[in-house]
Amino acid sequence: MTTTEAIVNGGERNFTINFGPQHPAAHGVLRLVLELEGEVVQRVDPHIGLLHRGTEKLMEHKTYLQALPYLDRLDYVAPMNQEHAFCLAIEKLANIGVPRRASFIRVLYSEIGRILSHLLNITTQAMDVGALTPPLWGFEEREKLMVFYERASGSRMHANYFRPGGVHQDLPEALISDIYAWCEQFPEKLQDIETLLTENRIFKQRNVDIGVVTEADCHERGFTGVLIRGSGLAWDLRRNQPYEVYSELDFKIPLGKNGDCYDRYLCRVEEMYESVKIMKQCIEKMPTGPVMTQDSVFVPPRRAEMKQSMEALIHHFKLYTEGVHVPAGEVYSCVEAPKGEFGIYLVSDGTNKPYRVKIRAPGFPHLAAMDYLNRGHMLADVSAILGSLDIVFGEIDR
Amino acid sequence: MMDDLKDHIESQLGEAINSTDVAFGELTLNARRAEILTVLTFLRDDPLCKFTQLMDIAGVDYPTRARRFDVVYHMLSMSHNTRIRIKITTDEDVPVLSSAAVFPNADWYEREAFDMYGISFENHPDLRRILTDYGFEGYPLRKDFPLSGFVEVRYDEGRKAVIYEPVNLPQEYRSFDFMNPWEGGKYDLPGDEKADVK
Repeated sequence: MTTTEAIVNGGERNFTINFGPQHPAAHGVLRLVLELEGEVVQRVDPHIGLLHRGTEKLMEHKTYLQALPYLDRLDYVAPMNQEHAFCLAIEKLANIGVPRRASFIRVLYSEIGRILSHLLNITTQAMDVGALTPPLWGFEEREKLMVFYERASGSRMHANYFRPGGVHQDLPEALISDIYAWCEQFPEKLQDIETLLTENRIFKQRNVDIGVVTEADCHERGFTGVLIRGSGLAWDLRRNQPYEVYSELDFKIPLGKNGDCYDRYLCRVEEMYESVKIMKQCIEKMPTGPVMTQDSVFVPPRRAEMKQSMEALIHHFKLYTEGVHVPAGEVYSCVEAPKGEFGIYLVSDGTNKPYRVKIRAPGFPHLAAMDYLNRGHMLADVSAILGSLDIVFGEIDR
Repeated sequence: MMDDLKDHIESQLGEAINSTDVAFGELTLNARRAEILTVLTFLRDDPLCKFTQLMDIAGVDYPTRARRFDVVYHMLSMSHNTRIRIKITTDEDVPVLSSAAVFPNADWYEREAFDMYGISFENHPDLRRILTDYGFEGYPLRKDFPLSGFVEVRYDEGRKAVIYEPVNLPQEYRSFDFMNPWEGGKYDLPGDEKADVK
């Protein structure tokens, strides 16, 4: 909090406080202009856009394959979940199927993304209210997961691994067994983190009954993800509008009761246990076979084929220079990203570049409700509520 | 099921809707701009629709059209597990009625559409720019706005201040349009002019 100014009117002292843009509890670059009466928040005005990079504009100037890596840079704590929505949109427009093995790999890595995001969120939420140990323990597990990202895609964060028609490369056998071994030991680590937080008196004092979201709020404010599940509304796109192979997997949707910051924390923890279950099932059920469809111009020819066939070589060159012409039309496709519904509204005019990509970031409506959620709360609750909303500025500012 | 919903909406809203279509399993309503609040309120409250959540508002720019902008609303019905898209058209001057009173989260979405396209919204509680810099000029997502923008920012050591200057590209911006001239690219490739020289 950088500047304060006191306005004295009628003997009362109202403060306008500038929270951020550089503040450890702002989860990135958020500037909040807070109007306080004493210590009670009267009004919150979030100033966003400090991380605006013009993703949507840039994507209009790139071919579909070149636009894909920008999705990683949105919610950079769970990159592959974003790629997934864009790939689903292209697949819907161009009518491309995905082989079963690729579907399982996508689900596996989407769940890794979910754990990456939730681990970051619950531990930093704890840090916002004063606990310093959970981030250290949680980040150790995140590090291992990022190694899995790297071993699949070559990059710890900006993976660019999901492609229209499947995933870029197959997973090596050793990687799959290492992921399984990680799944075996993770619940224990998560229980350790829980011993620090779930029954912790200070953590509960700071989070229980803070930032309560009712069912009506969820509807009219366009909340999704943990924010609505924390309020007891059973809605999860993985269950309600299943994509990939989620309909074949056995998992539960954890629901909260009170819709406060503490219930959202509990939901995220339970979701991580469920994600581990999903990952294990994916590995057990994963068939062998191709990881990219064979019958689509979106799919680059394999390297060995290019050594033999002139057509394959031409195809490869045209794919990576001109790109593919996606049929004209418009679609909205969405996935249950860790933070809520991540949607892509894609308008194609039949050329090799998207005409318009609108990214529906789940954090955007959540942050828009900051003013509503914080009114009447104490100044110290602002960071607790912000932490429980799970805000990442890459996706909000785009 | 989609067709039943389409027929129901068409019969109930009548004049407020110009046309409807179903493509890729998604239902789109092309609504009349002046009736947008009627349409949104009906879709939210009607027991057969119950589109209680406004998921997104997107602007789209078609500079060649008379009314160049589309404003696209995406709605979700959790109780019927369906989605719907509502489109209206407008231009730079004609404001769209703000839906912030119907859906509070429309506030920020409309600010974003205003910021990016310059679409103005009537009766909006607080229509400010949202994503761009303080004091930014222009509407970056319009098709006639250059990718590189107009100004660049740097910290000036001499003046000890952040200063704004016109964009200076050391190398000219090149748009690598690799479209196949046989099936799309309507332009001359470098060297094509030699074909006409006799």
